[in-house]
Amino acid sequence: MSDKKIRILIAKPGLDGHDRGAKVIARTLRDAGYEVIYTGLRQSPEQIVASAISEDVDAIGISVLSGAHNYLFPRIIELLKEQGSDDILLFGGGIIPDEDIPPLKELGVAALFTPGAPLSDIVGFLSERYAS
Amino acid sequence: MPHKEQPDFQELLARGQEGDRRAVGRMISRVETNGVADHVMMRQLWAHTGRARVIGITGPPGAGKSTMTDRMVKYWRKKDYRIGVIAVDPSSPFTGGAILGDRVRMNDLALDTGVYIRSMSTRGQLGGLSLACSGAVSVLDACGYDPILIETVGVGQSEVAVMNVADLVLVVSVPGLGDDIQAIKAGILEIGDVFAVNKADLPGADRTARELQIMLGMNPDMNADPPPILMLSAEQNQGVDALCDSVENRFALMQDSNELMTRRNRRLEKELLAYIQDRLYKRVLAPVLIADPFANNIEAFRANERNPYTWAEGIMKKIEERTP
Repeated sequence: MSDKKIRILIAKPGLDGHDRGAKVIARTLRDAGYEVIYTGLRQSPEQIVASAISEDVDAIGISVLSGAHNYLFPRIIELLKEQGSDDILLFGGGIIPDEDIPPLKELGVAALFTPGAPLSDIVGFLSERYAS
Repeated sequence: MPHKEQPDFQELLARGQEGDRRAVGRMISRVETNGVADHVMMRQLWAHTGRARVIGITGPPGAGKSTMTDRMVKYWRKKDYRIGVIAVDPSSPFTGGAILGDRVRMNDLALDTGVYIRSMSTRGQLGGLSLACSGAVSVLDACGYDPILIETVGVGQSEVAVMNVADLVLVVSVPGLGDDIQAIKAGILEIGDVFAVNKADLPGADRTARELQIMLGMNPDMNADPPPILMLSAEQNQGVDALCDSVENRFALMQDSNELMTRRNRRLEKELLAYIQDRLYKRVLAPVLIADPFANNIEAFRANERNPYTWAEGIMKKIEERTP
């Protein structure tokens, strides 16, 4: 009766209201066979981490278009560590300048996808991680 | 997952009982992955269960079930209840993937440590969902959550089956769906213990309530208490308190009349039988089917070279040979 499904939380932290990207990703991941928990707009990092822990997800994907990525990604990683849940993978996408990417990855963000990234890259990244 | 360490189940249970939502999440994942097939876990949970009141919330898509759940949880939190929510959304029958979006309406609750919310997909299994769901209910019950709300779209077989897991079913209706009574009368009307007409601020709500009342009044059992019908607007938080109180009253009545125990016993029997069937399938039928799969015979069936019923009979014979 069922093998383990990979569960991914898709959220949109911060105040910008453009959730089309997050929704496209949610749909794409659904079509790739993942279970997507979609929490919608204007989530605080605290809410995102609490939801991810309750839902026992394997990964969190966030979309940041507001320019607040240098706060939001590190904050989520910090909260995950504090709550002993840094085994949850964090990835994201949005408008993130090239020079900001290496430091965020160093902090533990598994992958960042910027405008123009093909959806197949995102699916490929996850399927590589979770190839059974 | 290889990257997750696997703490002992007893330890998880102890942590879950202290309110550690991470431990609760882990336990539910295990039950969900293995279904009730993980009998060791279910056996360990059994002695800790039986306290929670389990409420099923069902109704057509867009009726406002998630919003209503959110408001009911907030009302009951004022009474200091610790509340569990299981929100079921359908998964794609083609890819097995799913978008579980009920949390969007319950975001305020994420930081309330007295509330545990879990999204669950139907995973396209017949009956499997209700097994996984009752496993999740057992976990929440054992961890002291009461009441437990299960929210699901009332459309398909497996969704209606989920309602078997609940002690009490709340059916949500809304005005303006046309003849929605037609849509819900087969199946859902019979399973409702309490009826809610949501979006009562919209025109036509009175009529929806009246139609429900007429439909429910047609119950051939004249002695039965007709289920209450409540009008509310979850969005505007009007009438939610009356609905919650009505649900609690109903529970008290069911307890007094022993109806609650009768239902739970019936449910337990069903669940155990489903569990046995599941294991029978895996142990007895699946190995025989692998040796002579249906798919390999389709062409022969269609070309009239082999009779499908003879094939089925042959499968039965093989089972009988294997189990003297």
